[in-house]
Amino acid sequence: MATDPKDNTTLQLLHFTLQMADNALINGHRLSEWCGHGPVLEQDIALSNIALDHIGQARSLYQYAASICNGINSENRQHLFASTSLNQKISKGEMIDEDDLAYLRDAWDFRNVLLVEQPNTDWAFTVARSFYFDSFNFLFLSVLQNSSDSTIAAIAEKSLKEVNYHLRWSSEWIIRLGDGTTESHQRIQDALNDRWCFTGELFQATDADVAMNAQGVGVDISMIKQQWLEQIQSVLNEATLSLPTGVWMQEGGKQTRHSEHLGYLLAEMQFMQRAYPHMQW
Amino acid sequence: MKNIFHRYGDYGDREAAGGENTHHDTSNEWPLWEVFIRSKAGLDHKHAGSLHAADANMAIENARDVYTRRMEGVSIWVVESKYVHASDPADAEMLYEPANDKIYRHPTFYNLPDELKHM
Repeated sequence: MATDPKDNTTLQLLHFTLQMADNALINGHRLSEWCGHGPVLEQDIALSNIALDHIGQARSLYQYAASICNGINSENRQHLFASTSLNQKISKGEMIDEDDLAYLRDAWDFRNVLLVEQPNTDWAFTVARSFYFDSFNFLFLSVLQNSSDSTIAAIAEKSLKEVNYHLRWSSEWIIRLGDGTTESHQRIQDALNDRWCFTGELFQATDADVAMNAQGVGVDISMIKQQWLEQIQSVLNEATLSLPTGVWMQEGGKQTRHSEHLGYLLAEMQFMQRAYPHMQW
Repeated sequence: MKNIFHRYGDYGDREAAGGENTHHDTSNEWPLWEVFIRSKAGLDHKHAGSLHAADANMAIENARDVYTRRMEGVSIWVVESKYVHASDPADAEMLYEPANDKIYRHPTFYNLPDELKHM
């Protein structure tokens, strides 16, 4: 589609931004599903807060992604996405915004990791998913706040304060459940083992990751893998849990190939805007 | 079926689904904590409410989530409710009524200069 190397860099920046934005949105939506269902009121509110932090981060990133899209020349802009609703808008020459990116893209245009779209299942599975993702997100954003792209750097710096708290929350729950009762220990270990196969993808560099790292915009994610492992290991030690040993890793989310769960999630999340376009409340 | 609702769902779901109505046992519940929030530097911590938490760390974090998410505070104190000792409401007559007819205990009989605003 884009032959000009400058255009290609723009496209990679768009994909890179969407990878992060989609992680934030999908993770945030998943956590928001606990609202009204938390095991105790205090944790219900805690999770809703964390969900809102993610939605806030997603908004900043989608706003940036939309401005990147709108800056691409009108011919190339037609080919950015494979979602009919969004393309109809683009082909009319209209500018797109954060809401269009969140609500008018189909699953095959989403670039989030498979980990964040996995269902909540129960408290242990939710904590395990958050623990893996928060640990990654914290290290990733710590490096990203030095990005040569000032918008990305600013979003990373702001998000990092929130993610610092998310990581504390999920790590403490890992310890509380692991070092709790026999049942809580077993169930959090099962959840950690089960979700482990989705962690490999966190450290798999896409074309966008490689290109943005080369530009000084992104992060060399292979570099933070060791730190991630050490951080996970030290929390698991304290929780008297063991690091899962599985070596087979599931992948595809970053390349827009998703598990069946994402379709259901989007169907619920996007329904209103698809059925009643531009509806506000 | 029962197991699912035991794992995930609102209070009451289990009963609504025909499950056993288990006796409410408080021995497994987290202890209650009183929360005090300082709204800005220099002011005192004011009682904001109470919440359940497993330990002091968790109580502070829960308090942050429950009581400061609309920027109500810059500092949090928590104390486990069982350590707060209260006066007995039955003693109210003895404790507070004697003050009723002793208005001379208020410093209201002085003429204050106009420049004094905050007395």
